[in-house]
Amino acid sequence: MKRKKIFWRRFLRVTVSGIIICSMLFLLQRLLVPKYSVGTQDGAMIAEYYDDAPKHNLIIIGDSEMYENISPLVLWQNYGINCYIRGSAQQLIWQSCYLLEDTLRHETPEAVIINITSMQYAEPQKESYNRMTLEGMRWSTSKVKAIFASMTEEESFWEYVFPLLRYHSRWNDLSDDDFRLMFSEEPVSLNGYMMQVGVKPAENVPEGRPLADYTFSDTCYEYLDKITALCKEHGVELILMKSPSVYPVWYDEWDAQMKEYAQKNQIKYLNCVNNDEIGLNFRTDTFDGGLHLNVGGAEIYSNFLGKWLQSETGISDLRDDAELSKEWEQKAADYDAKKSEKYKELAMDSDDS
Amino acid sequence: MQFVSYGFLLFLTVVFIVYYLVPGRFQWMVLLAASYVFYLFAGPKYLIYIVATTLTTWLAARQIDLLKNRQDVYLEENKKSLGREEKKLYKAATKKKQRFMMLGALLLNLGILAVVKYTNFAISNINAVIGLAGGEPIGLVSLVLPLGISFYTFRALSYLIDVYRKTIPAEKNVFKFALFVSFFPQLIQGPISRFNQLESGLFTPHRLNWKRVSFGLQRMLWGYVKKMVIADRIVIGLTTMTGDTATYTGAYVLVEVFFYAIQLYADFSGGLDMAIGAGQIFGVTLPENFERPFFSKSIKEYWNRWHITMGAWFTDYIFYPISVCKPMLNLSKWSRTHLGPVLGRRLSVYLSSFAVWLATGVWHGASWNFVFWGLSNYLVIMVSQEFEPLYRRFHQRFNVDGNLLYKVFQVARTFLLMGFLRMYDCYDSVLTTWRMVAGVPFGGNWNVLWDGSLMQIGLTTADYVILAAGILLMFLVSMSQRSGSVREKIHAKPFAVRFVIWTTLFMAVLLAGAYGIGYDASNFIYNQF
Amino acid sequence: MDELLEFLEELHPDVDYETCDTLIDDGILDSFDIISIISEVADMFDVTISAEYIVPENFNSAQALYDLITYLEDEG
Repeated sequence: MKRKKIFWRRFLRVTVSGIIICSMLFLLQRLLVPKYSVGTQDGAMIAEYYDDAPKHNLIIIGDSEMYENISPLVLWQNYGINCYIRGSAQQLIWQSCYLLEDTLRHETPEAVIINITSMQYAEPQKESYNRMTLEGMRWSTSKVKAIFASMTEEESFWEYVFPLLRYHSRWNDLSDDDFRLMFSEEPVSLNGYMMQVGVKPAENVPEGRPLADYTFSDTCYEYLDKITALCKEHGVELILMKSPSVYPVWYDEWDAQMKEYAQKNQIKYLNCVNNDEIGLNFRTDTFDGGLHLNVGGAEIYSNFLGKWLQSETGISDLRDDAELSKEWEQKAADYDAKKSEKYKELAMDSDDS
Repeated sequence: MQFVSYGFLLFLTVVFIVYYLVPGRFQWMVLLAASYVFYLFAGPKYLIYIVATTLTTWLAARQIDLLKNRQDVYLEENKKSLGREEKKLYKAATKKKQRFMMLGALLLNLGILAVVKYTNFAISNINAVIGLAGGEPIGLVSLVLPLGISFYTFRALSYLIDVYRKTIPAEKNVFKFALFVSFFPQLIQGPISRFNQLESGLFTPHRLNWKRVSFGLQRMLWGYVKKMVIADRIVIGLTTMTGDTATYTGAYVLVEVFFYAIQLYADFSGGLDMAIGAGQIFGVTLPENFERPFFSKSIKEYWNRWHITMGAWFTDYIFYPISVCKPMLNLSKWSRTHLGPVLGRRLSVYLSSFAVWLATGVWHGASWNFVFWGLSNYLVIMVSQEFEPLYRRFHQRFNVDGNLLYKVFQVARTFLLMGFLRMYDCYDSVLTTWRMVAGVPFGGNWNVLWDGSLMQIGLTTADYVILAAGILLMFLVSMSQRSGSVREKIHAKPFAVRFVIWTTLFMAVLLAGAYGIGYDASNFIYNQF
Repeated sequence: MDELLEFLEELHPDVDYETCDTLIDDGILDSFDIISIISEVADMFDVTISAEYIVPENFNSAQALYDLITYLEDEG
């Protein structure tokens, strides 16, 4: 009798203290992780994808050349393409690969566009970029594989599992936002698009330095092969794309390799560098001197892309879908509101200076 | 594998589970396997060294034991036929063989240690001489320094000598001996335990004892607090200062003395807390290595309370053998008749202490800094030994014995003296150390202590607050420890109190620990020795 | 024995060697004292206490020390 009592008392103690410690850890973790929606917004979109209904017929995967250059609203309004951009800063090719794997778990689009700028990086570049890409992913084998493929030497897998371990010393610079956004972050993108409104013309663009070796590494090709195979397996049309930009340089030797790869694997490759058909003007359509497009440029480019997709892939026009149309009406309103707000901010900033 | 790593915690968990799942008689094998896995993490190339040391010392000790058995049998069988002199001769012959075995293994292992640890030191000294003569310098060799070699070599040698001295019998099972040499909690930084201290803990079966396991975990947690919250944080400021000897002079050096004392103690004793705690989890009691060293009233006392197992090793295996060997006793006799009783009696102590401190210095590291550090300790201890009668008279005259204020003075004096001696660790050369320490009173920059300059050395206000709290806690724990185990005292408290105490410490490590990206996960200082 | 006690008292006048059996455990004798004792014993009894006999049990009391000396005299 007495023994039983002691057992239950112990059991209760262990359970209660376990619960208390776990909830403390959970709350601390929510508090201390950086809130991307108010900080480095480039890390917020990967997680936002899961909030949108999985009914996209186009998925775009890549880095800032995707999420700042393509306006999903234009693709919808003019071509009836319901697209989502799974973009993150400095996204590496294996991250694109695992993001694709992750996406295919939720839905099967008609086409997937992969940005191949990242073919030039065979090594993880920076911890913070890894974090921005990986933290937003939901847990799955794809995420685990993506983490192991991406970690730099100083990183640890456990710090992805328990981000508290990574951000434990952030208590020193907490802000009100950290408390406010503990449990839910504000959306920052429109279907993965991050709008930029500034204008900074491309001037004095430096020449590309000749490289010793232009061949993309085997590691990158391995992942590209994996991407190709995934798309084949799911019956998804794969398009490799290089976004329009004047800098950094996209070498002809690189272009040739991608052309060859696309031909060999019977997939499409769309290189938009120096493509006059698009109608971009890098004096007005870029916000950072020719690296990325501003909203004006993105809309021009999206029109080109939509037309190209329609003629080259026969992607379906979903504007008949009433539910989607309704959603997009709302999104269009948000888009316009954001645009005018951003322009207002811009005007104020230039007044200040 | 570092104690401060996710890998180690995972490793420990796995070993713990397996250890208490297997039948008792297999438990030590689990520890042996775990220890070798632990060692393999440091790199397979190191393995050959520890295996070589294990095998040679085990074999030599075994031979010594067998020789003794053979002698016993022979003497027993021929009890009647042998005369006293013959027996004596036979014994002497056996002793000679045993000594040969012992010295052979001893020199071999010290040789390995010397080669991997001191080759480059020797080369650079030779180069300095060659340089003076204007010759071509010899290239340094790249030798791997096997993990914990100074520690496990000393453990193995203590066993060898103890068997030779018949203090302990030789272990028949080479695998059991291998576990003693490689037991993973004490592999990296000690303690330098003795075989008879660990034998029963390592090889007898243990059932899961909740209190023992939780005490072990608590001890480890406290070690993590010391290491991660205090040592790894204060080191940021310390390296800023010691790395720039042009800027940080005068009063800064005094700050360095204080910082380094705290860092070294928190780092080293914290690491030992982790080791001893981990041992306790498996039911193995490792010897203590620290006994509140900063409360010592003299340097001699300090060395009985700091790095205790190393001090004991040097006393037992270097100091005594040298002081009581025949030539030394003869010298002592000669000096007493020729130099008078006072000096005569001490000459042997002086000589053997010199050897001990030279060895202690060299053991700590292959550089002149450590040699001078060791000899400075020697000098201070000998001088205070000479002054002791004077002190005693002073104490009696002014009746300060037992006076609290006087005790505090003694403790502060010892702390400062040891602190300044320790500065040999912090600078790149002996001369720099002398210059920096000698410059303390002439820096003319006492204002840096309060004018905010100390905020410019890489530590923020938050860092100082954490450090102050950590140091205060460490001090309070030491104060409480004087009247018995702190964990026992906490254990006697109600559950809620215990829960709050341990959870707070856990959260302190988690949130205030200086770990992960942004902090240089600094190695334990004592790894390299 | 008396001779030995006399010397020990000279070393630490404040210790009662007749009764104290924790000379080492309580840190009354330190390593320097032990060396003094051994060299003195070497003179007095012509006995060499080698390093292997320097264990706490042999030095914790005057009696233990005396027993050790007697043992070594017999052995030699």
